[in-house]
Order: sequence, then structure tokens, then C-alpha cells
Amino acid sequence: MRAGGGQGVPLPLLLPALLALAFLLVPLLALLARAPWQSMPEQLTSPAVWQALRLSLVCATAATVVSLVLGVPLAWLLARTEFPGRGLVRALVTLPLVLPPVVGGVALLMALGRNGVVGQWLDAWFGISLPFTTAGVVVAEAFVAMPFLVISVEGTLRAADRRYEEAAATLGASRFTAFRRVTLPLIAPGIAAGAVLAWARALGEFGATITFAGNFPGRTQTMPLAVYLALQSDPEAAIALSVVLLAVSIAVLAGLRDRWMTAS
Amino acid sequence: MTRPAPLTRLPRSAGAGAAVLLVLGAATACSSSGDGDEVGSGSGSASGKLSGTVTVFAAASLTESFTTLGERFEKANPGTEVTFNFGGSDSLAAGITSGAPADVFASASPKTMKIVTDAGDAAGTPATFVRNRLEIATLPGNPEGISSLKDLTEPELKVVLCDKEVPCGAAAQTALDASGLKLTPVSYEQDVKSALTKVRLKEADAALVYKTDVHAAGDKVEGVDFPEAAEAVNDYPIALLKDAPNAVAAEAFVAYVRSDEGRRVLADAGFLTP
Repeated sequence: MRAGGGQGVPLPLLLPALLALAFLLVPLLALLARAPWQSMPEQLTSPAVWQALRLSLVCATAATVVSLVLGVPLAWLLARTEFPGRGLVRALVTLPLVLPPVVGGVALLMALGRNGVVGQWLDAWFGISLPFTTAGVVVAEAFVAMPFLVISVEGTLRAADRRYEEAAATLGASRFTAFRRVTLPLIAPGIAAGAVLAWARALGEFGATITFAGNFPGRTQTMPLAVYLALQSDPEAAIALSVVLLAVSIAVLAGLRDRWMTAS
Repeated sequence: MTRPAPLTRLPRSAGAGAAVLLVLGAATACSSSGDGDEVGSGSGSASGKLSGTVTVFAAASLTESFTTLGERFEKANPGTEVTFNFGGSDSLAAGITSGAPADVFASASPKTMKIVTDAGDAAGTPATFVRNRLEIATLPGNPEGISSLKDLTEPELKVVLCDKEVPCGAAAQTALDASGLKLTPVSYEQDVKSALTKVRLKEADAALVYKTDVHAAGDKVEGVDFPEAAEAVNDYPIALLKDAPNAVAAEAFVAYVRSDEGRRVLADAGFLTP
């Protein structure tokens, strides 16, 4: 079996590759096949759906901004400085990637809940209580999404040519100026790729959100929560909502494809 | 709209044979049943001895009492094993109609049981085996001094309810409607246990949950009775499932739940007898 271009594709590679492709795509196609297309317009024009979708988009974007503001400096720290225990810190940073999201939600409750280690002081001093608020959704989403950005940016930083930064330093630029004027533009594609990854992850966040932020329409009920609860009583609505979320995700990934591709 | 047809059906020759086996009362169910019945496969005698795994899908509010009942049933019938899938009644019902291999379904409302009977997945008519009523769960010592349903409408109180889609949420709505009160919770939780958890973790000041869940939480929460709860008493139906992989033992388990001993365990947990 040969694919075009003269390069032979060995059968032992081609078969599993096609299987993998089918495995990843068939469930999504099945969702489309089973979607209640006739009732779709009616499902999608319901205010509840728009409310959940809008909240999802707003919160995912806010979580991405938080990830950018905090995550890029962290990535720089991990890539460009030496400090004791850096390897351990890098491993810990990636922990939310492998942690079950619901565990993340429980951990957030223990830390930032009204009775949490940090949360009780937030409540006592500033009257801030994150659970059951939209800010809580953003926190939950940023918690699971930020590692994607950090890893992506750190990798780009490591691959970037450090001589430009050194040249800037010899010309009298401070380290922060060099970062701002030289490094940042250099790694912009990597940041964009990381931001897209983080955004997509935040958009799909479910476990940490429902555990930490609860479920209230218009305030903390994002699309994944709406899908889950719709599934309890109205599978058709759940499928319709899932299709919307799928479409939004595809649209964003496709829209940012160029930058996305050049990053790796 | 019709519900989607089951996506997958596990091969279940045992389902059709179940009736015959019931008549025989033999322990040979294992030979035709698909899974988990190896334990008793040696005893071919028609002694009526039970064996194998009974898979019970039960409402989250039954967690503690059914766990106890399962242990006692296993002890009384060596060779059997009762495994539970506790969750929101609606998602359990959805699982059963999608072909989940379950033997028994115990639901927290007739409405969710109807999903299963309408799909033709129940064997026989479901029987109401207990009833449950709501109670206000508050922090130990009731620091907010909550004494009535009306107190929950105080705007500074953080109250969680179950989502309207799950039985405890529907019951809460019924009780609120009956009292003419409007209540804006901070969250609609996905099942009764997660609503209670928010109080146990002190994230919420109060939750409307079943009396039995307050009971099960011990001294972690305090229960406050309110008269409107009488308007929203939930019937719990239990049914043997048509495609039960282990129908013989499953029927024995259902009978055990409805026996005097079963009733006692359930009453101890705070359930009302129907």
C-alpha cells in the first residue's frame, strides 16, 4: 500500500493510524448523525442555551487571559532561570493536566472555599467568596487550563534562540526590556498556540467547575454543565447542546489554524 | 420526541431465560448468564441456593441504607455479591434504557421509574417500598437560626437546591410552590448528595435535602423539619429489570428489601413506610 509522493507507508503503521483516526472521529460523527436537526433551531434559540453558551465563552476567555498574565511569566521563569527544585516545580505545574478535574474542584474548595485555607481569609477580610460565582468558574477553568499554556510557552522559550536576548543585553537593555521587546515577539506563535489550547480546555471544563462553582443558570452554568444536566431529563437537548459546543470548538481551532500550526 | 434507541445491547440470552429459571428455582442461571456468575457454577443442584452478582442501580439517597442491606443480604446468602451504582435517578434511568447491565432499579421518584417502564425495561410492576420527605440541612448548631422554609428566602443566606431535573429538586420545588415562597439558591446541584456536601463543607448555609440524607450525615449537619415537607413526599419504587443478568438473585434481593428486616433498616435510616 502506497500513499502519494513516492514515500511508502508501511501497512503496520497505516492500519493503526487509520484506526486511531476512526476512533477519534466516529464518536463526533455519531453525535452529528443523532442530532435532532428538526428541533435544532428551537433548541438553540432558547434563552437558556444562549445564556450558557455566552457564559462559557466569557469564562473561557477570562480564564485564558488569567493564564496569559500569570502563565507566561511562570513559563519564562521555568525556561530561563536556575533555582533549586526547578524540576520539581515544573512537574507540579503540570499536575492539573493529569489530575481528574473533579479532584481539582475539591482542591480548589479546600483552598478557596468559604471555609478554605485561603478562602476563609478572603471572606473575612474582603468579603470575597468564590464558590457559586462566575469568578469561581473562571478560577476553576484557569486552574485546569493554565498548565497547557505554561508547557506550550516554556517549550517555545527553550527552542527560541537566546542570542537575540544576549544581543539586546549587550546593547544595554535590561532583562525585562529584553523580554518585552525581543523575547515576547519571538515566542508569540507559541503563546498563541498555548492560549488556544488553554481556551479550548477551559471551554470544555466540567468537573472542577461543577464541584467548585456549582450550577446556577446565567451565573455558573456553562455549556458542559448544561449538557450534563440536560442529559438527565432530555437527551435530545443534550445532543443539540453538544453539537453547538462542538461547532464552536471547531470554528475556533480552524480560525486560529495558521498560528496554531506554525507553533510546533 | 422519542428517546433514542439503546446504543448498545450487551448479549443477554439470560434475560429470556430468566422466567424459566425462576420457575425452576435452580441455581443454574450462571450457565446462561453473561457475567459474574462463576461463583455458583459448581452447584448444579436445584437447591434454590442463590449465587452471583446482583447489580443494583439505586438513587443517591439510598446509598447508606442500601449498602447496609447489600451487606446483610450477602451474609444471609453466601455466594452472592451485591454491587451498587448510586447516582441521580434520572441518569440511572438513562443508563438502564441505554442497555446498562443492571438487575434492579430503585428510583427516588415514580417519574424516573416511568422512564424505565415506558421503555419496557422493567419486569412486572414497580412497587413503592419507602417514602421520603424533605428536611432543611443546616450547619451543626444551626448558627443562622433557621426554623422554617421562609427563613431560607433571606437574601444573605447561601442555600443550595437539587436541580429541578432530579427528584429531590422536583420535591423541593413542590414544597416551595405549596408554601408560595420564591427561593433563589446559589446553585442547583446535580444530586442530593452534592447538595448536602456543600453544607457539610460549610460552603452553603442550608440545603433542601431528604431527611434520610441529614440522618446519614450524622452530626456533620443539623436537620430542621418544616410543615410544607408533607406536600412533597417522594415515593421510591423498586423494580426487577427485564434484562437482568441475574434475575433469580435479583428477585431475592428485591424481596429482601421489602421484607420486615429490610423495612427496619430503611426505617432506621429515616425513611417512611408506604
